[in-house]
Amino acid sequence: MHSSTSWLTRPFHERSTRLFLGVLLAALVLVTVLHVAVPQGHPLHVNAYTVNLFGKYLSYALLAVAVDLVWGYLGILSLGHGAFFALGGYAMGMYLMRQIGDRGVYGHPELPDFMVFLDWQSLPWYWAGFDMAWFAFLMVLLAPGALALVFGFLAFRSRVTGVYLSIITQALTFALMLAFFRNEMGFGGNNGLTDFREILGFNLRSDATRLGLFIASGVALALGYVLCRAIVGSKLGRVCVATRDAEARTRFLGYRVERVQLFVFVVSAMLAGLAGALYVPQVGIINPSEFSPLFSIEIVLWVALGGRATLYGAVIGAILVNYAKTVFTGVMPDAWLFALGGLFVLVTVLLPKGVAGLLAYRVQGRRRRHDEGTAGKEVSA
Amino acid sequence: MSNVPRSRPVEARGGAASGPIHHALLLLLLCLLMLPVGAQAQGERDAEAIALLEALDVRAYADKARAIEAIVGSDDPRALDWLQALLDGRLQRTEAGRFVVVLDNRGRDWPVADALSGEALGEMSRRELDRIGINNALRNQLRSAIAVVDLYSPDLDLRRASAERLLGEVDADLAVPLATVIEAETDSGVRQRLVQALAIYRLEQGEVAAVADLEGSLHPRVRVALNGAANGDDPVLADAARHALNGIEQMLKLNRAAETLYFGLSLGSVLVLAAIGLAITFGVMGVINMAHGELIMLGAYTTWAMQQLLPGQPGLALLLAIPAGFLVAALAGVAIERGVIQFLKGRPLETLLATFGISLILQQLVRTVISPLNRTVVTPEWMSGSLAINDALSLTLNRLYVLGFALLVFAALMLIMRRSRLGLEVRAVTQNRAMARAMGIRATRVDILTFALGSGVAGLAGVALSQLTNVGPNLGQNYIIDSFMVVVFGGVGNLWGTLVAGLSLGVINQVLEPWAGAVLAKIIVLVFIILFIQKRPRGLFPQKGRAAEG
Repeated sequence: MHSSTSWLTRPFHERSTRLFLGVLLAALVLVTVLHVAVPQGHPLHVNAYTVNLFGKYLSYALLAVAVDLVWGYLGILSLGHGAFFALGGYAMGMYLMRQIGDRGVYGHPELPDFMVFLDWQSLPWYWAGFDMAWFAFLMVLLAPGALALVFGFLAFRSRVTGVYLSIITQALTFALMLAFFRNEMGFGGNNGLTDFREILGFNLRSDATRLGLFIASGVALALGYVLCRAIVGSKLGRVCVATRDAEARTRFLGYRVERVQLFVFVVSAMLAGLAGALYVPQVGIINPSEFSPLFSIEIVLWVALGGRATLYGAVIGAILVNYAKTVFTGVMPDAWLFALGGLFVLVTVLLPKGVAGLLAYRVQGRRRRHDEGTAGKEVSA
Repeated sequence: MSNVPRSRPVEARGGAASGPIHHALLLLLLCLLMLPVGAQAQGERDAEAIALLEALDVRAYADKARAIEAIVGSDDPRALDWLQALLDGRLQRTEAGRFVVVLDNRGRDWPVADALSGEALGEMSRRELDRIGINNALRNQLRSAIAVVDLYSPDLDLRRASAERLLGEVDADLAVPLATVIEAETDSGVRQRLVQALAIYRLEQGEVAAVADLEGSLHPRVRVALNGAANGDDPVLADAARHALNGIEQMLKLNRAAETLYFGLSLGSVLVLAAIGLAITFGVMGVINMAHGELIMLGAYTTWAMQQLLPGQPGLALLLAIPAGFLVAALAGVAIERGVIQFLKGRPLETLLATFGISLILQQLVRTVISPLNRTVVTPEWMSGSLAINDALSLTLNRLYVLGFALLVFAALMLIMRRSRLGLEVRAVTQNRAMARAMGIRATRVDILTFALGSGVAGLAGVALSQLTNVGPNLGQNYIIDSFMVVVFGGVGNLWGTLVAGLSLGVINQVLEPWAGAVLAKIIVLVFIILFIQKRPRGLFPQKGRAAEG
């Protein structure tokens, strides 16, 4: 049907992808224009804080896409994707810490403040190289990727699936959280890494840098989305879905299920790491709470609310839930956990296909009225 | 007047425990019963006591010394108080000739109590009182006498405590009377203690044979004494002491191992309690209940609430909290099952998410309704303190009770699952739902009852946990991951597996803790389980046969 090189370009022929990219591009341009061109004080002006907030949502959206890739298409409910996100974030945080140089509180030329505080004499070996951007950015992908590779290799090889896998991924992120809370780990312990100053020479506190990070997050989301779309649309993606629906049968058909699982799991972890790396400079801190099981399971809720196995649903869910969180925690902080808990229950019981399911239902209905269901199979992917 | 001291404690106790009528009747009854005998015996004793005290109020110090000896030998239960008061200069005489003990001799007017009855007599001016004086020689005599006076007491506990105090405190003055006391002592435990106390003195005097009496003792005082001797000048003595110390060190190691094992089993029993309910809902029914931890929390809060309802009776409240905690958690479990889980049958991952949502709601509910802060749950008297096995090893009672409780709950659950109709039906529905229904088992009812049982056990875990940890909104969260680990490690659907897994994880954790630290030990255990699952995906005791192919 298609030649072997076309798998990466095929998503652009899909209606939903083009629509998604179009909306994303429009949003990026709109926010940029409203921020830069519209003068401050004007009702349509988007201030730097909001741009920053949107940038954060976009990095969350990328994380949600990563989770949807493994949960929606591979059937692996990872309750530990926060770990990959946080690892990517820590890799970025380490780079940003090294960029502070001797401008820290203690003014040490090499050691970050918390190490001086702990009376350490030199950088631990694993901090080496993080002063170079290329190395740190590589680590943003490699560190979570390596963890996913080792963990996934062990888990998939011994056919740990379903609920068991969910529980041990949760244990994984819990163990990492406990580990990162320790000062001896050399990652700032409880306080994490913070007080960043600049990234690639740009001042992190300036509005222009924030806009840049917002756009970078949007671009990363677009790239991640296209990559995931390409994977799920390829033959590999078909095997993924087959694995999700009937693992044993797929294995008996001769597919190396564990290799497929491992590959997709590692890709997803790397995307999560990238999301974490974009998140950290925008919020200005990374600490062990990103490893908390609660955060990881929240990500799953975003995907569930948006709609599994659609990718764009994950994006919608991430933005919706986080927007609600921003509003709720500002207006009545006590009610947020009630709302979040209620969402978990309502979405799973009443809205198993999420918001995307509702959208698809309406689109399908309209199309059926127009041209007797010729496009139905595309939506039901 | 003389029967007043007898009836007073009874009055106090009766008043605290029950209503006025009840207490008056009880008092009357007791008075009637005890009046003739009690009054007579008490009268005689008081007469003797007054004679003893009168002998103190003499000029010559030599006579006073004899009077002190008489008091020591008198086996009067109040003797220690008198001697202590005499030593402190608080044993005094009123102008009317009555012996009193000054309770607090600061300020101008002193509160005093009758030396015989202990009855408070209000405050008296220092001018109205006449102190019974002593000199330095008498002070030394008194100190020694106070140390041994309880050894003559018929009360075994008093003798034991007194012997305990003597370790390392024996001096030349005491050594001689101590030898005779040891001869007279009937209780082997007290006698051994006294022998050791004397042996420490003998060791300090450089007597090599004393080492033999100290061998095998785990008391820190004995070790201090032996250490002193081992570093002393006398090579023979030092050698013997070192030898004895080595033996003691070996025994200590054993005891430390036993202690680690005990703490490990205790931690394990907590894990078993927390996980065993999960083993039923997750293991038997296949339902992932992430709100299990919050059901535990509900049980703990029930204990707290019972103690608020029954102030002053923490023990009774705790006992009542056992059924109450079970009920509260079971009802909450039924609500969760009916409200959410039944709609998600066959979709385990969705069940996981929905119940997680419930756990968030329950946590926040407790934060909003009760308080975000920890609540204090009182440990009843019979559960606090510890059980001393020997000088180096003592087991805290509350942990011992929880350990026993965990085993009891486990046994009860085993009985229910293996021997009752419900257990049979549960197993039938688990293995083949359609077939079980065809046989006339009401599967929905079984679902509800099973879930109620599992949730109720979580409530029981909460009641037990309230005795060991803080009761707060996050209580459940701290146990949910551990509980799942225990169930998965032990093998899903296997109660024995849960028991073995819980206890062994507890012990592993405690063994690792000394050299790795608490947090690292936990991390190591988690990583160990993650790796273990890779090797044996179905846990320690996997289900076999048809039940395994769920």
